[in-house]
Amino acid sequence: MSAPVLDIRNLAVALPRGGERPNAVEGINITVRPREIVCVVGESGSGKSVTAFTTMGLLPPVLKPVAGEILLQGEDTLTASKARLRELRGSRMAMIFQEPMTALNPVMPVGDQIAEALDWHDTKLSRAERSARVLALMDDVRLPRPAEMAKAYPHQLSGGQRQRVMIAMALANEPALIIADEPTTALDVTTQAQILKLMRELQARHDSGILFITHDFGVVAEIADRVVVMRRGKLVEEGTADEVLNHPRDPYTRMLIDAVPSAVPPPARPIPDKAPLVTTRDVEKVYGGGVLGGRTVKALDKVSISLRPGETLGIVGESGSGKSTLARCIARFVDPTAGEIRLGDEEIGQKPQRALHPIRRRIQVIFQDPYRSLNPRRTVGQSIIEGPMNYGTSRAEAWERARDLLKLVDMEPAGLDRYPHEFSGGQRQRIAIARALAMQPEVLIADEAVSALDVSVQKQVLELLEDIREKLGLAMLFITHDLRVAARICDSVVVMLNGKVVEAGPSGEVFGNPQHDYTKALFAAAPGHGRFDKAPRAPAAG
Amino acid sequence: MSATGASDAALPPPPARRRLPRALTNPSVIVGLVVLGIVLVAALAAPLLWTVDPTFLRPRFRLRPPSDVAWLGTDQFGRDVYSRVIYGAQISLFVGFAVATIAVIIGTLIGVVAGYFRMLDMIVMRVMDGIMAIPAILLAIAMVTLSGAGIVTVIVAIVIPEIPRVARLVRSVVLTVREEPYVEAAIGVGTPLPKVLWRHVLPNTIAPLIVQATYICGAAILTEAILSFLGAGIPTETPSWGNIMAEGRQSFQIAPWVILFPGLCVAATVLAINIMGDGLRDTLDPRLARRLGNVG
Repeated sequence: MSAPVLDIRNLAVALPRGGERPNAVEGINITVRPREIVCVVGESGSGKSVTAFTTMGLLPPVLKPVAGEILLQGEDTLTASKARLRELRGSRMAMIFQEPMTALNPVMPVGDQIAEALDWHDTKLSRAERSARVLALMDDVRLPRPAEMAKAYPHQLSGGQRQRVMIAMALANEPALIIADEPTTALDVTTQAQILKLMRELQARHDSGILFITHDFGVVAEIADRVVVMRRGKLVEEGTADEVLNHPRDPYTRMLIDAVPSAVPPPARPIPDKAPLVTTRDVEKVYGGGVLGGRTVKALDKVSISLRPGETLGIVGESGSGKSTLARCIARFVDPTAGEIRLGDEEIGQKPQRALHPIRRRIQVIFQDPYRSLNPRRTVGQSIIEGPMNYGTSRAEAWERARDLLKLVDMEPAGLDRYPHEFSGGQRQRIAIARALAMQPEVLIADEAVSALDVSVQKQVLELLEDIREKLGLAMLFITHDLRVAARICDSVVVMLNGKVVEAGPSGEVFGNPQHDYTKALFAAAPGHGRFDKAPRAPAAG
Repeated sequence: MSATGASDAALPPPPARRRLPRALTNPSVIVGLVVLGIVLVAALAAPLLWTVDPTFLRPRFRLRPPSDVAWLGTDQFGRDVYSRVIYGAQISLFVGFAVATIAVIIGTLIGVVAGYFRMLDMIVMRVMDGIMAIPAILLAIAMVTLSGAGIVTVIVAIVIPEIPRVARLVRSVVLTVREEPYVEAAIGVGTPLPKVLWRHVLPNTIAPLIVQATYICGAAILTEAILSFLGAGIPTETPSWGNIMAEGRQSFQIAPWVILFPGLCVAATVLAINIMGDGLRDTLDPRLARRLGNVG
């Protein structure tokens, strides 16, 4: 076996005094060999990013490595001078970040940015050699028409193309080690599949070792040679991808893998055949235009869906598909341009905002980001009772109900007097669910409600949602980009692309036998396709 | 950072309510508060501080240098400069605080309206741009010419050009906050718009407004002094730091103390307020606070 390009030995990084634990990471041992992809998996707070940033010498000053060594081809980066580290970055190690839009300079053509990466470490190239090298790199990462694209600015490229540019920059000096920090997390699933494929191809053609940070076991299954599982700053398990994914030894690893939802939907629940509660007919939403003219964007194009009482309807699509716009039209946060939205017998799509007061309590929304959907200046209790009090419930009664609701979402009623920042992401999402339920709605819209959560927390929140829809007989509109989540919770699914519905039907049919090409492509792109898709357990009776 | 988002850096900064006490440990804020406190106490307790009537003329004691009788000397009419400077602090501070308060209130109202009601934004903000283009001094001179010199005229004249600065600041905060999901959530649970603005939007403007108010206060004291110095400000019967200096101008070469002491007071007060503003900005501005002290 060849010598490792990266050898992290017994690393410990201290957190500032007063943190939740003394060390951000401790006892970390990771090796990466040439042509090897090592995935570091963990939930938020596991210390996986701290490990990556320590290796690059990019730790914020408040975090200090206190023990161990990080050998990059035998050279310790922890003791290297700042100047030496700068030399090493780019020439012998490079980093790919999660969000390529913010990692690229917005006012510089991407070709120049790749050239700049070359310049830092090899100034002997002539102008012609340099631009030839840039084009070769862009070709290497499969960017179409490199000569034209080199002149483009980051905002003119798609997310996937920008990430390819980042990868080209990382490869510019043939580094021994590439650290990829969640490089596909911000991308759509089909784009993610392409980038993962590209990274595997590149690995075969270049000698670099890759340290790949991710929270997604699907991605691990796609790309890893070896896997390191981290939890709260410590290594819990290490092994080949096959060992860890198929025969996890540590209970935590097993729990994480079990928490990945299966893309095979459970047997269908009986849905009472009642008149639909929410129907949309030919709903359209056009942005732009207006009095000043300008470009218009059709976010929704003749969308018709229907949701029965007690049913959970999934709206699945990639970014820009219009799924969130549809949800926001139904919740009347935005005004649809045309078409009809009915709640029961009532047409609500064209009502003016001031006439919506009675409608609002019947439709409630749970938002994606639990850190932003609760006002940080108001206590949990104040947030929950706000709605009922708007509809005439007395404070005492609303407070009493808020206590019961917190119990319903498995939280201590004492939490009512505390502020949102005192709770974790999963707990906040439970609070947001309690706030929605306080209105006693008929329809619950979950707009990517579990997407920002760690997979184990995600599982708990999904279980909670399943539980309350059974108890309260709620109709739920479940917006998600994650097919596995949709398969798990939705009775029926609508697949959207560019503002149009391309496929709709019961989950079993859509997932079992997709008809539309796009649906098929979407399913094939799901990371870890087939790997986690064991038939799910039968749902609990009732 | 992981996409799952629960890392420390992804946490929103603690609300201003908990950052305010922390601001009181900032050395700049402490220095500013102490100096400002001294000036304020002096102004409020003027009659108790061994002062004499600041308008009392003693022709026989004209232009006397500082001595144990007249601590800071006398001016060309024999008035006690010490007493005039202490009483002048009342006017200067009053103008400063009044301008800051009025400008913040009016500017906030305009900013919220412009930031929240997009239809009005275009019109309101263009008007604000127009007002911003008027130099405060020229406006004041014009207003004094039209309606006569007086403290109200001076305050109005200084307030008007400050309003757009506040309005712009508030508008930009409102534009960001109105997109926050918690504002949408509040609308979703049927909260009427005025309550949404009051409960969920306005509190976010408090921290930047406190900072802005200190700058306005400092600038207003300075502008009042300039206007009075130019003779377009407070009438000379009422001593203000500006008109004390204006009157001392003719005798500056033989009696520099008449200008020196009120000048020092203006400089010290404005400096103290601005230092305090800087300190408050460092501790209250969430972006700066994050850059200075947060963990990645």
